[in-house]
Amino acid sequence: MFIFMLLFSRQGKLRLQKWYVPLSDKEKKKITRELVQTVLARKPKMCSFLEWRDLKVVYKRYASLYFCCAIEDQDNELITLEIIHRYVELLDKYFGSVCELDIIFNFEKAYFILDEFLLGGEAQETSKKNVLKAIEQADLLQETKRSILKSII
Amino acid sequence: MPAPIRLRELIRTIRTARTQAEEREMIQKECAAIRSSFREEDNTYRCRNVAKLLYMHMLGYPAHFGQLECLKLIASQKFTDKRIGYLGAMLLLDERQDVHLLMTNCIKNDLNHSTQYVQGLALCTLGCMGSSEMCRDLAGEVEKLLKTSNSYLRKKAALCAVHVIRKVPELMEMFLPATKNLLSEKNHGVLHTSVVLLTEMCERSPDMLSHFRKLVPQLVRILKNLIMSGYSPEHDVSGISDPFLQVRILRLLRILGKNDDDSSEAMNDILAQVATNTETSKNVGNAILYETVLTIMDIKSESGLRVLAINILGRFLLNNDKNIRYVALTSLLKTVQTDHNAVQRHRSTIVDCLKDLDVSIKRRAMELSFALVNGNNIRGMMKELLYFLDSCDPDFKADCASGVFLAAEKYAPSKRWHIDTIMRVLTTAGSYVRDDSVPNLIQLITNSVEMHAYTVQRLYKALLDDISQQPLVQVASWCIGEYGDLLVSGQCEEEEPIQVTEDEVLDVLEGLLVSNLSTPVTRGYSLTAIMKLSTRFSSVNRIKKVVSIYGSSIDVELQQRAVEYNALFKKYDHMRPALLERMPIMEKSASNGPTEIVQTNGEAEPSAVESKHPPPVTQPTNQANDLLDLLGGNDVVPVIQTTMPTKPASAGGELLDLLGDLSLSGGPAPAPAPSVPASQPPFLLDGLSSQPLFNDIAAAGIPPMTAYSKNGLKIDFTFERANPNPNIAVITIHATNSTEAEMTDFVFQAAVPKTFQLQLLSPSSNVVPALNQGTVTQVIRVLNQQKQQLRMRIKLTYTHKGSAVQDLAEVNNFPPQSWQ
Repeated sequence: MFIFMLLFSRQGKLRLQKWYVPLSDKEKKKITRELVQTVLARKPKMCSFLEWRDLKVVYKRYASLYFCCAIEDQDNELITLEIIHRYVELLDKYFGSVCELDIIFNFEKAYFILDEFLLGGEAQETSKKNVLKAIEQADLLQETKRSILKSII
Repeated sequence: MPAPIRLRELIRTIRTARTQAEEREMIQKECAAIRSSFREEDNTYRCRNVAKLLYMHMLGYPAHFGQLECLKLIASQKFTDKRIGYLGAMLLLDERQDVHLLMTNCIKNDLNHSTQYVQGLALCTLGCMGSSEMCRDLAGEVEKLLKTSNSYLRKKAALCAVHVIRKVPELMEMFLPATKNLLSEKNHGVLHTSVVLLTEMCERSPDMLSHFRKLVPQLVRILKNLIMSGYSPEHDVSGISDPFLQVRILRLLRILGKNDDDSSEAMNDILAQVATNTETSKNVGNAILYETVLTIMDIKSESGLRVLAINILGRFLLNNDKNIRYVALTSLLKTVQTDHNAVQRHRSTIVDCLKDLDVSIKRRAMELSFALVNGNNIRGMMKELLYFLDSCDPDFKADCASGVFLAAEKYAPSKRWHIDTIMRVLTTAGSYVRDDSVPNLIQLITNSVEMHAYTVQRLYKALLDDISQQPLVQVASWCIGEYGDLLVSGQCEEEEPIQVTEDEVLDVLEGLLVSNLSTPVTRGYSLTAIMKLSTRFSSVNRIKKVVSIYGSSIDVELQQRAVEYNALFKKYDHMRPALLERMPIMEKSASNGPTEIVQTNGEAEPSAVESKHPPPVTQPTNQANDLLDLLGGNDVVPVIQTTMPTKPASAGGELLDLLGDLSLSGGPAPAPAPSVPASQPPFLLDGLSSQPLFNDIAAAGIPPMTAYSKNGLKIDFTFERANPNPNIAVITIHATNSTEAEMTDFVFQAAVPKTFQLQLLSPSSNVVPALNQGTVTQVIRVLNQQKQQLRMRIKLTYTHKGSAVQDLAEVNNFPPQSWQ
């Protein structure tokens, strides 16, 4: 299962954090800070996996964003890379050629999509189409006086 | 009150801030506005405000005042509110605060909501951050949803159930009936999450595992369909149909097939099929192959299949993608013990990985290489490993050096080769070598009698080049002190003897004494070496002069040695030749590893006990913790009770353990050599330790003491110094019972202040016979590096005349010689 998933920029600014284990705010900040430093220090040619503290960390850079997650010992690192890739594809389909700014300005939607794809640290739906359909339907339910494109938020 | 600004507006504004201070100001202003808006109980804009708060929280600012607002949003009827409310709950609330329990009721209602997307939100939140209390309360609802026909909800309920089981394992039973027909679903989402649920249940409970074994044929069928089915656009990833599901099924099969012949046989075919038919050009295919290999290796597969698996790993090693190489090395490391020969075939590829640029790959390749070293390939492997040692990062050098020493010890084809290898390590990575290797090496050199001349010559030459690497310098000084006569006599057989005079040798040793590069320990070694040469060289006067100069050295260690040596010259000159004689062959009673190289005669002490730190046995540790609780002190250290550790079975495993384990031992304890003539006081072994001489003589004279005497139970302590490390006091307790009934279940525990370390060995028995008819003995070893006064708290428990007795006592009357 995923222990956590972090998205951060090349300057180390956090864009999304999803934790699947209970930790205090202080601990989360510490882990985030140290892991971000470690990952950013790695050279481009290095492998996507590292052991950090006693966790297995898998990360991949997509344009200006690092997608970094920690998995348990018995999890398959290579399929984790595929899961990360699937999430990026979902974001891409939803936002239409997603870029970092989309995730900055619509972070809550990024979370909604993640929560339709992963639950409790495991993938809940392996079909891209089904995840996107669910998000679409849920978006329709959002109450708004005007059109869907301008939400009340 | 104007409407609060929109979220995107806020984000835009904050991003325009040019400094941290400016950003903080904006955030504080907005937080104040949000707070007052919350106070006014504004329902319309609560959602917007919480969303803004979540953004600010992500930037790192405190947002706890929004927690209750999230709960209000969850309770709202509007879907938008709920969506943001649940998100806020997952981000801001955690199970440590009681506030989160207020969610329980809302979640319960939403689990029964008419809209599936609301139910989905509730399931997601529960499955992500539900505490054990919440899980207990809501497990019934989750179980209900697990049986629904709505696949959207069913898949979420399955993962929610996984979370519930993780938090409250006792509830696992209640989900069992619902799992009945989970695998007959067509929906891949439900299938995937069901397999995850089944995996979780099987991992946690052996009963569940046996129960679910009957699913193996069904799982095999599903997997087969996935592979054989044509292109399915919905689940296709680079030509492979639903790799996520395939990987999870393979993992579940692994768990079900482990240690079970029938299941393993049932899956043999499908595993072979997956292994041979999966497309390997992309990462996704390799992910499936990787999982397949792990499964093949774990179950009782036939040998053909295992060879296939190892070959796949071998192919992975040649893959351009470093991620693939990394997982291959990791897996090979796991399988090297069980399928050693198969892995050997890929040895050259593995050795090539030592040259890889990636740190993680290099480390794995190094560990694997050490695991593959054997008597046949030692020469070739060592060449590669030494080359690696030369060029690797400093973080690796210590481990690599230790590994080289171990491998050399086990498989050295000749003594000369062994010494050459050691020399190479000392000269290239000398400063990274672990401290305990110095005594080991000295012992090795001493025992290779015919190589003394060669060794001392090589070490001398190395010293001429470089005196900065302390372990090398220490070993070299020791050898020159011992074998200096061979050096000047030019007797070397193995290589061209060098011409060197006594004065030149003394110059080098004196140079070590004055050099800034030498540590105090090294200086000690060289002073002692100079002293020893007084019986081997003729220039005694020069030596006398040097020794007397250091009699007033600022370094107390050196001063003490010099003064004692001076005394040797003056008052005990007649004893000097005997005292400074050549060292006898030391018998190794323990090595830094489970292999015993030379079993000592008469040394009955179990070897593993001394150098290895045994794993703490949990039960005694709990008792030790009780000891701490009772004493309430923060300044006591729990004692680790040792039982004879069983040696790991295979070579590879030991090596791997040892690379981590090697830090602490004080080296092998040479037997208080029975061959040493009685006139030689123990301090000759001084060369192996850095302690002043006289302590060792005193060791023999530490008086025993009575530590405890009450209710007929008397405990005496007798003392010894452990050689070679006089910082360790070896205390033997003798427990006697003067009452008429015996004391059974006798357990002795001890705790010492934090500055000490304690090791308690197994007692001779746990029955103290009555009327002083026998004694229970137990050995305690106390490491007292800071030379502080020894204090101990002891706890005694035993059964006497049918009732359990427990007593605590403090022992403060240790004789000063035991800790000075």
